[in-house]
Amino acid sequence: MKFTLSWLKAHLDTTADVDAVADAMTMAGLEVEGVIDPTAKLAPFTVARIVSAERHPNADRLQICQVETVDGMKEIVCGAPNARAGLVTIYAPIGAYVPGLDVTLVEKPVRGVVSNGMLCSAAELDLAGDSDGILDLDPGHAVGTPAAGVFGAEPVIDFEVTPNRPDWLGVDGIARDLAAAGLGTLTTPAITPVAGQFPCPVSIRLDAPEQCPVFAGRVIRGVTNGPSPDWLQQRLTAIGLRSINRLVDVTNLIAYDRARPLHAYDLAALQGTTVVARAGTEGESLAALDGKTYATAPDICVIADDDGCRAIGLGGVMGGETTGCSDATTDVFLESAWFDPLVTAQTGRTLGISSDAQYRFARRVDPASVVPGIELATRMILDLCGGEPSEVVVAGRTPAAPEAFAFDPARVGRLTGLDISADRTAEVLTALGFTVETGQPWTVTPPSWRADVEGPADLVEEVARIVGYDALPSTPLPDLGAPSAGLLSPLQGRVRLARRALAAMGYAEAVTWSFTSEAIATHFGGGDARLHVENPIAQGLDCMRPSILPNLIQAAARNADRGHPDVALFEIGPVYRDDSPTGQRTAITVVVAPHAARHWSGAGEDPLFQLKGDLMRLLTLIGAPAGLQTVQDAERAPVDPWWHPGRSARVQLGPKMVLAQFGALHPATLKTLDAEAPMLGFELILDAVPEPRGARTKSRGPAKLSALMPLSRDFAFVVEDRVPAGDLVRAVQGADKTLITEVAVFDVYRGKGIEPGFKSVALEVTVQPDQATLTEAEIDALSAKVVAAAGKLGATLRQ
Amino acid sequence: MTDLNQLELDLINAIGSADSVQALEELRVSALGKTGSISGLLKGLGAMSPDERRVEGPRINGLRDRVSAALTARKAELEAAELEARLKSEHMDLTLPPRAARAGSVHPTLQVMDEMVALFAEMGFSVAEGPDIEDDFHNFTALNFPPKHPAREMHDTFFLKPDPETGERKVLRTHTSPVQIRTMMSGQPPIRIIAPGRTFRKDSDATHTPMFHQVEGLVIDRDIHMGHLKWTLETFVARFFEVDGIDARFRPHHFPFTEPSAEMDIRCDRSGGVLKLNEGDSWMEILGCGMVHPNVLRTCGIDPDEYQGFAFGMGVDRLAMLKYGIPDLRPMFEADSRWLAHYGFSAFAAPSPAAGLS
Repeated sequence: MKFTLSWLKAHLDTTADVDAVADAMTMAGLEVEGVIDPTAKLAPFTVARIVSAERHPNADRLQICQVETVDGMKEIVCGAPNARAGLVTIYAPIGAYVPGLDVTLVEKPVRGVVSNGMLCSAAELDLAGDSDGILDLDPGHAVGTPAAGVFGAEPVIDFEVTPNRPDWLGVDGIARDLAAAGLGTLTTPAITPVAGQFPCPVSIRLDAPEQCPVFAGRVIRGVTNGPSPDWLQQRLTAIGLRSINRLVDVTNLIAYDRARPLHAYDLAALQGTTVVARAGTEGESLAALDGKTYATAPDICVIADDDGCRAIGLGGVMGGETTGCSDATTDVFLESAWFDPLVTAQTGRTLGISSDAQYRFARRVDPASVVPGIELATRMILDLCGGEPSEVVVAGRTPAAPEAFAFDPARVGRLTGLDISADRTAEVLTALGFTVETGQPWTVTPPSWRADVEGPADLVEEVARIVGYDALPSTPLPDLGAPSAGLLSPLQGRVRLARRALAAMGYAEAVTWSFTSEAIATHFGGGDARLHVENPIAQGLDCMRPSILPNLIQAAARNADRGHPDVALFEIGPVYRDDSPTGQRTAITVVVAPHAARHWSGAGEDPLFQLKGDLMRLLTLIGAPAGLQTVQDAERAPVDPWWHPGRSARVQLGPKMVLAQFGALHPATLKTLDAEAPMLGFELILDAVPEPRGARTKSRGPAKLSALMPLSRDFAFVVEDRVPAGDLVRAVQGADKTLITEVAVFDVYRGKGIEPGFKSVALEVTVQPDQATLTEAEIDALSAKVVAAAGKLGATLRQ
Repeated sequence: MTDLNQLELDLINAIGSADSVQALEELRVSALGKTGSISGLLKGLGAMSPDERRVEGPRINGLRDRVSAALTARKAELEAAELEARLKSEHMDLTLPPRAARAGSVHPTLQVMDEMVALFAEMGFSVAEGPDIEDDFHNFTALNFPPKHPAREMHDTFFLKPDPETGERKVLRTHTSPVQIRTMMSGQPPIRIIAPGRTFRKDSDATHTPMFHQVEGLVIDRDIHMGHLKWTLETFVARFFEVDGIDARFRPHHFPFTEPSAEMDIRCDRSGGVLKLNEGDSWMEILGCGMVHPNVLRTCGIDPDEYQGFAFGMGVDRLAMLKYGIPDLRPMFEADSRWLAHYGFSAFAAPSPAAGLS
């Protein structure tokens, strides 16, 4: 909303300038968006009078004018056809910036004659209006009068109103708060009733009191409508409103002046003698004043004439085209009603319509303003248009005023820490319109326009904001003592650790949308109907993601499209299985597009095994239990279908608990996402990783540092190709769990010397004696156990 | 006599001209080996008379010692020369580049979240969390947004499709405030928590994205008042921006879930795209806060006559942008590897009281 300083001064006697007003508004809780000062750009311009105008000796269309200006007589060359002796217009001196032309005037000859300034058109001053020539002003304006004064330009304050303060949608409400804050004295003129001279010929019936509980009406006969006087036009246009005609301008003015929307109907256009406020009906529609046609419905309040048969307005929102006031209107029916805030808000949403009235009623107009509003409008219409008013008819009952409640003034200090006397508290509340009875405890009644005030905490805010938040003390929080342990949950701690670990391993952390498209969600095993966004921001973002993989794959593809194909990304974030609080899991997801530059030393480690190594290291770092297995078995332990079937596996704890899947992504999946193969990745569901058992103590126990030398023995086994090397390693590890500490694979060979369908797997087995150095016989026995354990998988020692 | 002298001369010459460890070894064997020339002389001593032996013994032994020493010295020379030659042949061009390792990084939003967690942990706050998909009760009703109230519209809420069975329409949480409700409903005061997380609003332009991050704070106890709120936030903001003090302004505002409510502005100069705190004369809003509304406390089963406290909420991405000079919000969520490399943080820049925040 906007208002001008002069408008404010109609309600507030103050010497404050516009900046002081804006500051005071800010500190009272009104969010000032900006102060627009059109006077600044008009500052160089003043009124001048052409004394004589003669044709330019070298140009037919130019005249040389002798002009009486604020700087004395000036010779000015002018091309306007209407320049003539005696014309009162606007003068711009040399050096002035002309906003409409975007130039700064310099002294230069025009066709050989020096022009000592410029005479301006409306367009050149960035003003609306006829610009066929230079401005032709009322000759009553004295030479030297500032242009800003001539055009009524003055600073405008633009501000936001929070939904709890509909009273701030009227200039009087702002003035009241500023007066309470000490900026001046509230001088809002009192409203005096205008006596009716005849019974109102229109009767009012309320068929939907839950939508419109009270409605006042009055007819004014014999008005003369037409353009509003300058002061009224200026007041409205200064804040961006259009001046229509006197009757409409009066209702608009009061909407902004008192936050009281009204409507004026042309009586001659009304059918019948009963105006009804009722619920809309299905199939009914209304051509509104904005030129659009709206369908009504039972949850929309409709104003209807002809005993309720014809819709002539959307209650509290907008009037109809057929009954609007024009310059020809002579008899007017005025409406001042109260429409339910929720109904009006819903109407705005349903119909996609907003208006000054709808905005105010949706936030709750002061119900007590129904009759005063119509009286004020009557007074203004009589002053501007003449005419003869009927009596006021009021149908229905004004909704209940806010209720009184008990209040302990000590609450102000208790809740804010401010040191404010009870007297000062009462003074502030009274200035804001509250009725304060200072008994034990106090009883406070909010004014009719403050339905937002429901209890003591609201009063505390009123006092604190008027006294000023600057006065709040700065009080350290009570010291709770240092916490005995960290403040993060185990999961939070793991997330934090994983983030730093992955970054250290060379992955760049990304944050991507929690949404994806329905098609992608379905592809990745999601797409549950409950996870669809009803009102997505874009088509491709209409479903909660079941996995982070597609987002990172798409991100990697975008990087490739920009010419940066080698990326290693990770994200730790939510994935959504269902819409319940437990359906949200935390996934640690990595996607690698391996396109490292070639290196002189040849290819390095296979990127997939590098990734596996990083995943295993990560699991160790976050404290996953020992004994994790990599399981690659399409039948008994299948991976999700978006993985390459031959190059993917699960990381499991025991036979069932899956912690992660990793591998190359399926080329078909990548194609779906417009991404180039190969891409690798892993997805670790953090919630699935069991937390370490809580230890009683942080002691690590003694270190077992054997005094005996470890020894190693190599074994080369021939085994069927389909047997995973990992299974062989595990079998060998299990041959003697106390002595065998490490089994490493140092060669895998297929080819000459090995039967087709078989492979040779060479293992280095590390043995750590624990009691005494092993004898040859003991070592032989251990070797036999190793061979026997491998034999269970069909492996034989290579000859 | 002459024989011995000649033998010594020959041996010493041969040792001096031996050009390999192997040739030297052959010389050693020929002189000092079992059948070596000096060994033979030493064996001959046994057949001599005691007088002869007294004279010849020292001569032959002396010869053996000198030859032996010459062999050792020559061996050391030859070994040193061989090592030098081998090392020369082992030359590597160390100006060749090593294999490049990818430089990983931490996303600025998450770095800043870590910083916030660290700062609030020092003030005794623990970290609470809640789901991104919320019900209407936790996101709105319990936070004192009456049904259909215009304040709900200000949130540009994303709705999920209604549950086909129950008809319930879940929302993507528009703020992290529902975590307040979950915390208060599941525990008892005193409460001192922050709740970081993802939040969602249907909004997209240069300064808004449909998903962003907030950190919510909640302190409930018997005597917590607005002065505590002011101190907590002033202290936090100063420490976050790593300045000694902050020129802040609290301004009345309206939130349904707090009463009184405020917004906090900081004085700054942002000319030239650089944020200079405590300078210039413009105020920038950085967060919203207030005393928890009695209705909210009551809904959560806490008696507002006994307990009171404050809550605050701030945009993490925006604070990251302000602190680290990130000009545009949208690339935060685009995962451009160049952007991540430029604005990301080292894995080892974890905030700590000793080392600082980043």
